[in-house]
Amino acid sequence: MTIELGHFALVLAFAVAVVQGTLPLYGAARRDPVLTGIAPYAAVAQFLLVAFAFATLVQAYLVSDFSVRNVFENSHSSKPFFYKLAGTWGNHEGSLVLWVLILTLFGAGVAVFGRRLPPTFMARVLGMQGLISVGFLSFMLLTSNAFLRLDPAPADGRGLNPILQDPGLALHPPFLYLGYVGFSTAYSFAMAALLEGRVDPSWARWLRPWVLVAWLFLTFGIALGSWWAYYELGWGGWWFWDPVENSSFMPWLVGTALLHSAIVLEKRNALKSWTILLAILTFALSLLGTFLVRSGVLTSVHAFATDPARGVYILLLLLIAVGGSLALFAIRAPAMQGGSLFAPISREGALVLNNLLLSTATATVLLGTLYPLALEALTGAKISVGPPYFNATFVPLMIPLVLAIPIGTMLSWKRGDLPGVLSRLKLAVAASVLVAAAYLALFDWRGVLAAFGYALAAWVILGSLLELAGRIALFRVPLGRSWNRFKGLPRSALGMTTAHVGLGIFLIGVTATTSGQIERILVMKPGETVTLAGYEVTFEGVSERPGPNYIAERGTFSARRDGELVAEIHSERRFYPVEGQTTTEAGIDTTLWRDLYFVIGDKVGEEGGRTVRLYFNPLVVWLWGGLVVMAVGGFVSLSDRRLRVGAPTPAKIRTAPAEA
Amino acid sequence: MTATTETTETTAPSNRRAWLYLLPVLVFVVIGAFLAFGLTRDPSVLPSALLDKPAPEFELPPIPGRDDHGFSRADLGGEPMLVNVWASWCVACRAEHPLLNRLAQEEGVIINGLNYKDRAEDAMAWLEELGDPFNYVGWDIKGRVAIEWGVYGVPETFVVDRNGTIVYKQVGQMTPRVINEVILPLIEKLRREQ
Repeated sequence: MTIELGHFALVLAFAVAVVQGTLPLYGAARRDPVLTGIAPYAAVAQFLLVAFAFATLVQAYLVSDFSVRNVFENSHSSKPFFYKLAGTWGNHEGSLVLWVLILTLFGAGVAVFGRRLPPTFMARVLGMQGLISVGFLSFMLLTSNAFLRLDPAPADGRGLNPILQDPGLALHPPFLYLGYVGFSTAYSFAMAALLEGRVDPSWARWLRPWVLVAWLFLTFGIALGSWWAYYELGWGGWWFWDPVENSSFMPWLVGTALLHSAIVLEKRNALKSWTILLAILTFALSLLGTFLVRSGVLTSVHAFATDPARGVYILLLLLIAVGGSLALFAIRAPAMQGGSLFAPISREGALVLNNLLLSTATATVLLGTLYPLALEALTGAKISVGPPYFNATFVPLMIPLVLAIPIGTMLSWKRGDLPGVLSRLKLAVAASVLVAAAYLALFDWRGVLAAFGYALAAWVILGSLLELAGRIALFRVPLGRSWNRFKGLPRSALGMTTAHVGLGIFLIGVTATTSGQIERILVMKPGETVTLAGYEVTFEGVSERPGPNYIAERGTFSARRDGELVAEIHSERRFYPVEGQTTTEAGIDTTLWRDLYFVIGDKVGEEGGRTVRLYFNPLVVWLWGGLVVMAVGGFVSLSDRRLRVGAPTPAKIRTAPAEA
Repeated sequence: MTATTETTETTAPSNRRAWLYLLPVLVFVVIGAFLAFGLTRDPSVLPSALLDKPAPEFELPPIPGRDDHGFSRADLGGEPMLVNVWASWCVACRAEHPLLNRLAQEEGVIINGLNYKDRAEDAMAWLEELGDPFNYVGWDIKGRVAIEWGVYGVPETFVVDRNGTIVYKQVGQMTPRVINEVILPLIEKLRREQ
């Protein structure tokens, strides 16, 4: 019964979305306060309805109601509680319900927290959110309905793909969706601005918290996904330039550019149409990602089961949403000229450079992701584009980006003093050179690239800290005064420093794993010992171990250093009888300085020999740590006072540039 | 693609630049066209140069210990049949094997095996443990014949018609669905053809 209520709620939500997507937009055009006033109520109502529908589906999973087709196809009574819960969004239909839930959550968020927005503007934003909901709710109800029954009800379910039965992946989709569905607000704000024909600094300030929220969740979601791929896929790598990974990465790149260009718009009233375009593209790439993952157009390690009808529907949604918005952009944006002038060497100039590099990087990733498709369309040849392409195109674009960060943050607006800034950064320059030299001298005299990577990380971390030190006049005034200044700093400044330092930490992790990973693939018999990066690794043997819904062969390794036991590491091959699949669980011992990462493989020969893969991954945990620090930076910035108060009441007045 | 638009922000407005604002939507139309094309393709189908061509010439010895004469080009044709490429070290083959047994016993499909880069003892132990659905099995210890057949990896299954022509190739593990919806209908059709 409950699932029918959920189904019904979803249909009602669709009806509400139709109202929300039409009347307020019409009302905004006619300046009718009654019609525009509907928008916030509709947004909240829609959220409550979808939340109710989602709750009924979760309930069906938790009680293993196999009369619901979606539960039957993706769950099993022997699954642990947590994976029954996570199973709700571990499949195409269920994850779409989550998708729409988050979409309406953001809509309701704008309705509740955006009470200072001018009513017509809010009506337009929520109207656009409503239209997106119409598209996705109809998609769900027509082609991918999770609320259908089976009669008679089967005795038990088919189970969830074992590779998805994992805490990292269970939490990955919600965070990822909070990120890229969250960018829908950026899209709606941009469309509302285009409809109003007006973009000004207060628009950028309204937009900022929503972009920040989406960005920080996406950062965290990508980090989780990468961590999952690292320990679950058992290849010892953390990023594979897989189409599905790319489709979450592209919105992140453009979203990052958007965060930066919105600053220029907010502070200097420049880059208007560019910022609008970025806001549209960020969500366009999110939609493209949704299309790529669910249509089966590209092969990938983690695509959903696919169905051509769905692909056609999402493509239609994509064409309407993106094509429509870009067409509106082409019509309206040329009128949004103007803005203040600035010299190339200035904070604005640095942020433009940031934007150019990030958007070029996005374009290279997009090209690499779609190239196989384009080539097949044109010539019929089947190819795949792999990491060498991305490493050769993407990485070189990131180097100037990172180099420019400390300089850009120290340049003043309008016209900067480059020699002055560089002299303030002397310490960072010296430290990076020292780091590179020390690496070459102590570790690997041929590791020029690695030395460069560490130097770059030192540069961005120290440069960012020096910028912060400059703001609080550290060591130039008494420490007490510096502390007071520190407490008085805007949160956005602290957030920026935190995020940039996070990027530096991430770079350290990337450099270390890329240059310092040691890999051994060999056959080991029980009792055999090999050395790996100074550790004596002994293969102790294999035992059988039953799990909740699988049977595991558990290989045990012990790692010793100078005869002393450092870690006992278990790697498992789990056989899931319900699904008839085998997964491999890498055994990982993590410290701040290194991971020991062991995987057992197939039997070889008669004496219990096994193929094993042994990895030594230095500093790999820094990589995800850095990403988390970046997300925390976003969070700190979000708590900035000016995003909550300080927004002038702008309904009628065109806000003048903050300072000239 | 759109990076140039911001020059219009910082310089004087110019109508000649208006076309730049059209660029994003134009680029998107091209991308959309490729995506639409992509929907008409199934990326998991790998092209096979051998499809609808006669099977290659080959001759393989039997697995030592199995009582047959090996497997060669001369064994193809006459009746429609499957050629299954397998190995005892291949996990997906283990999952697939019960389906082969069913096909041979219940549907009477002739299945010949190509044992790929396998040790004789392991291969024989496998057949003893899991059952032996094969008519003839060739022992391709070096993997040379598999190259002739254009095998990407194990398991792979070919459908060969009465004339010894390869008419279908399944890359990777067969599932009950593939068998019911593709393999069996195809075999039926080939059986009816003369």
